[in-house]
Amino acid sequence: MSSIDLTLKIWRQKNNDSLGDFETYILRDISTDMSFLEMIDVLNEQLTREGKDPVAFDHDCREGICGMCGAVVDGVAHGPDRETTLCQLHMRKFKSGDTIVIEPFRSIAFPIKKDLMVDRSALDRIIQAGGYVSVNTGGTVDGNSIPIGTETAELAMDAAACIGCGACVASCPNSAAMLFTGAKISQLSLLPQGLPERKERARSMVAQMDKEGFGYCSNEKECEAVCPKGISIRNIARMNREFLRSLLLGE
Amino acid sequence: MELNSRIPSGPLAEKWDSHRFQSKLVNPANRRKFRIIVVGTGLAGASAAATLAELGYKVDAFCLHDSPRRAHSIAAQGGINAAKNYQNDGDSVFRLFYDTIKGGDFRAREANVYRLAQVSTEIIDQCVAQGVPFAREYGGTLANRSFGGAQVSRTFYARGQTGQQLLLGAYSALSRQINSGGVSMYNRREMMDVVIVDGRARGIVVRNMITGAIESHSADAVLLCTGGYGNAYFLSTNAMASNVTAAWRACKRGAAFANPSFVQIHPTCIPVHGDYQSKLTLMSESLRNDGRVWVPKNKEDKRPPAQIPEEDRDYYLESKYPSFGNLVPRDVASRNAKEQCDLGKGVGSTGLAVYLDFGDAIKRDGEDVILRKYGNLFQMYEKITDSNPMVEPMMIYPAVHYTMGGLWVDYNLMTTVPGLFALGECNFSDHGANRLGASALMQGLADGYFVISTSIGNYFGSETISPVSSTDPAFKEVENDVDTRLQKLLQNSSGGPAGKVTVDDVHKEVGRLLWDNCGMSRNRQGLEHALEELPKIRDKFWSSVYVPGAGEDINQSLEKAGRVADFLEFGEFMIRDALSREESCGCHLREESQTEENEALRDDDNYSHVSVWEFKGDDQAPEMHKEPLVFENVTPSQRSYK
Ligand SMILES: Cc1cc2nc3c(=O)[nH]c(=O)nc-3n(C[C@H](O)[C@H](O)[C@H](O)COP(=O)(O)OP(=O)(O)OC[C@H]3O[C@@H](n4cnc5c(N)ncnc54)[C@H](O)[C@@H]3O)c2cc1C
Ligand code: FES
Repeated sequence: MSSIDLTLKIWRQKNNDSLGDFETYILRDISTDMSFLEMIDVLNEQLTREGKDPVAFDHDCREGICGMCGAVVDGVAHGPDRETTLCQLHMRKFKSGDTIVIEPFRSIAFPIKKDLMVDRSALDRIIQAGGYVSVNTGGTVDGNSIPIGTETAELAMDAAACIGCGACVASCPNSAAMLFTGAKISQLSLLPQGLPERKERARSMVAQMDKEGFGYCSNEKECEAVCPKGISIRNIARMNREFLRSLLLGE
Repeated sequence: MELNSRIPSGPLAEKWDSHRFQSKLVNPANRRKFRIIVVGTGLAGASAAATLAELGYKVDAFCLHDSPRRAHSIAAQGGINAAKNYQNDGDSVFRLFYDTIKGGDFRAREANVYRLAQVSTEIIDQCVAQGVPFAREYGGTLANRSFGGAQVSRTFYARGQTGQQLLLGAYSALSRQINSGGVSMYNRREMMDVVIVDGRARGIVVRNMITGAIESHSADAVLLCTGGYGNAYFLSTNAMASNVTAAWRACKRGAAFANPSFVQIHPTCIPVHGDYQSKLTLMSESLRNDGRVWVPKNKEDKRPPAQIPEEDRDYYLESKYPSFGNLVPRDVASRNAKEQCDLGKGVGSTGLAVYLDFGDAIKRDGEDVILRKYGNLFQMYEKITDSNPMVEPMMIYPAVHYTMGGLWVDYNLMTTVPGLFALGECNFSDHGANRLGASALMQGLADGYFVISTSIGNYFGSETISPVSSTDPAFKEVENDVDTRLQKLLQNSSGGPAGKVTVDDVHKEVGRLLWDNCGMSRNRQGLEHALEELPKIRDKFWSSVYVPGAGEDINQSLEKAGRVADFLEFGEFMIRDALSREESCGCHLREESQTEENEALRDDDNYSHVSVWEFKGDDQAPEMHKEPLVFENVTPSQRSYK
C-alpha cells in the first residue's frame, strides 16, 4: 500500500434551479487501497470538520450492483477502469499529483438534484411503459415446463445484467438511453415468456424514451465503452429490429 | 403484552391450507376501498406491493433510494432455495423445512418454517414466468447447485447475481402496477415514524429526502419491508443505507422486537484494510467448496504464503472437523477464524485474516475449471485487493452479514400493533438463531408474493376499520415529534465544528463496541461493559455531534445522523438480549456455555423460546417476554460437524 496526494475539481451545485461551478480541493495521504467513494468520504469528513458542506453523491451497495453510484471522472462515466462502477474504482489507478475532475452524469433527462446527484427516474418510467411480462402472482406453470436453452438463457442474462446506472446516457453525445432500453427489450424478446407482448412492449418503451427527451443512437459506441456491466450494443440492434417489427406487423 | 402467535391448529402439513381456508376474504369490488402502505421495495416490499395491487388494493409504496430497484436485495449473490426436487436427489418440502429449522438451531417456529418450504416451489415458478433468467442446463431445464453445505442441490441461481435478477423481476411487476395506477411510488422518502390511531397502525410520517419536507400518509394497513440492521456494527456487508430506523420507530410505538442479538457473521469476506473503510465485501460462500482455509502453524511465521511449506501450515478446519472440513456452517467457520487470529496466527498486514487457498484445487482440476467456477469472484477480489487468487491465496475474515432478529410477528406477519405488518429481513420469523445460505431471498419473496395477501384479506375482512385521513391530529402530533428530533440532530451545528465529533466518528465507536462485545462470541463481563459504555456514546452523540447543513434540503449527513441515533438506542436492545440468553446457539457463542471441546452448547431446557422485547420508555429498561417454542414434528438435536 502507498499513499498519494491529489487535487480534486468537483462540480458543486445547490439544486436544479441554481448555477453550478467547479470547486478545487486538496487531499493528502490517500491510501491507494481506497475505493473512489471512500476517497470522497475522506474529503467529506475533511469538509465537515472545516464546517463546509460535504459533496452530495448517490451510492449504496458499494459492490457495483445497485447502480446508484456514478459520476463522470476526467471525462469518462465511472472513470478510467473498464467495466467498473465508480464504487469499485480504486485509487491505485491514480498517481500522486494527479488532478481529478469529477462531474455529475449529464443529460436533459437527468436533472441535477445536488452536486453529483441526478434524477434518473426517467429510466424507471421507461420500464413502467412495458419492461415486464404481464403476469399476476399465482397460477403460473411449473418452472421446468418452459425449457430455455443455455445459449438463450445466457444471452438473456447478459442483457439482464444492466444495473440501470445511466452511464450509457451520460456518455452518449445524443443523450440516448438506447443501451438501457435495448437491454431490457432484448432480455424479454429473447425469452419465450416475453413473446406475447413483444410488439406492444417495443413500441411503448421506445415512445416513452422519446417522451423523456432522450436522443437517438448514432453509433458512437460510447455507451458500450463505459458500461460497467459490459452490455453490448448488439442489444440496440436487437431493439431496433423489435421496433421495426412492431411497426411492420401493426396492431 | 400479549403474544399470540396465531399458529393454526391441525397437522403441520395442513396448517397453511386450512389457515387460508379459514381466513376472511375481501370481495374483489371492495378491495379498491382499502389503502395499504408498503415501506421498502426490496424483495419483500416490491413483491408485496405488486401482488396487493394486482388484487385490487390501493398501494402506496415508499423507498429511500432514487429508484425501487436499488434496494439492498440487489446485492445477493449465491441463490435461492426451493424444494422442487428437480435433481431427484431426495429433496422434499419436509427436508427443506427440516434443514432450515435445524440450521436455525431450533429457535424458529415449526409452522412458519414449514409454510416457507411449502411456498418455495411457487416462488420459482413465479419468477420464471416473469422472465427471470435463471441458469439452465443444456436441455433447457433449470439448473441447481448445492449451497452452504446442503446435501441436496436445491439452490436456483442467476450467475452470481441472483438477488439482482429476482429483485428486477419483482421491480418489473411493481413497475407494471405503477403504470396501471395500482401503486403510487414514492422514491427518496425516509420513513421516520408510524402513526397509530385507536391502537391501529394507520399511516406513516416520512421525510422527503430532496426537499426536506415532512409528509404524512394515511392508510388502512402498514407493511414494513425495510430490511436488516447489520449496519449497527458500522462495518458490514450491507449496503450503506441499510438501517433499523423504520423497525425501531415502530418498536417505540408498541411493536415488540424479537431476538435482537441474533446476528449472522459471514466467514468469507474481504478483510478490513484501513480505518477509512466504509463497508465489507462478501465473497460467496461457494468458494469454500474448493478453497482450503489455513494459517501458519507458528505465529512468528511471517513468510509470504507461497514460502510456507505444507508441514508449517495449519488447516485448522480440516483437522478439527474431519467430516465437514472447510464446509462447516457459517458460524463455526467464522468463530474458528476469529479464534486463530486471537491466538496471534492471523495473516495480512492487520493480522485479522486467514488464507483461503485454491492452490490444490487448481492442481487437481486445472486453471480453466477453477476460473470458470470462480472467475467473477476472483476478479472482484482482485479489483479490491490488487491480489490475484490464482497466484496467491485469498485472505478472508468474518463480517456482519444478516440479522435474524427483527420485529416480532405472528403467523400472519402482523406485529404486536394491529394493522402493522413486517416482511422480509425486518421480521424475525423464519431463521431462528442462524440463517441458511439462499434462504433469505426465499423468505422475502414468500412473505411478499404468497403470505401477505392472505393476512391482509383476513385483517380487512375481520375488523372494522374506520376512515382516517392524514389531517387527523394524530398525524400532526407525530410530525411534530419527527420535526423536534430533526432539530435536535441539528442543534450543535450553529457553533461550527470545532471540538465536535462527526456522525461517522460516533458510528465507528458504537460499531466497535458491538463487534467486540456483542459479536461472534459474547460473555457476561463484556456485555455488561457494553451496556455501561453505550449510554456514554449516546450522550456524546447528542451533546457534540456536528451535522452540517440544514433540514430543508438534500442533507446526507442529517440522514446518516438520524440512522446512527437509532442504532445508538437500539444497540441497547441487542446487548440486553445477548445478556439474557445464557446459551450458545446458532450464530453466536456464549462463552459461558461451551462443551468440553469448546464447541457451542445450546440449552433447550432454559432457552427454547423467542425473546420478545417491549419498549418501555426512553429512560427505562425494556421488558422481555417469552414466546415458548414447541417442537412436535422434529426433535431438537445438538449440531455436530466433527
Ligand atoms: C452481500 C449479500 C449477499 C447476500 N446473498 C444472499 C443469497 O445469496 N441468498 C439469500 O437468500 N440471501 C442473501 N443475502 C441476504 C438477502 O439479500 C437479504 O436478507 C434480503 O434481500 C433482504 O430483503 P428485504 O426485502 O427484506 O430488504 P432490502 O432488500 O434490504 O430492502 C429494504 C428496503 O427498505 C427501504 N427502506 C429501509 N429503511 C427505510 C426507511 N426508513 N424509509 C423508507 N424506506 C426504507 C429501502 O429503500 C429498501 O427498498 C445476502 C445479503 C448480502 C448483504
Ligand atoms: S454503489 Fe452500488 S453500484 Fe456503486
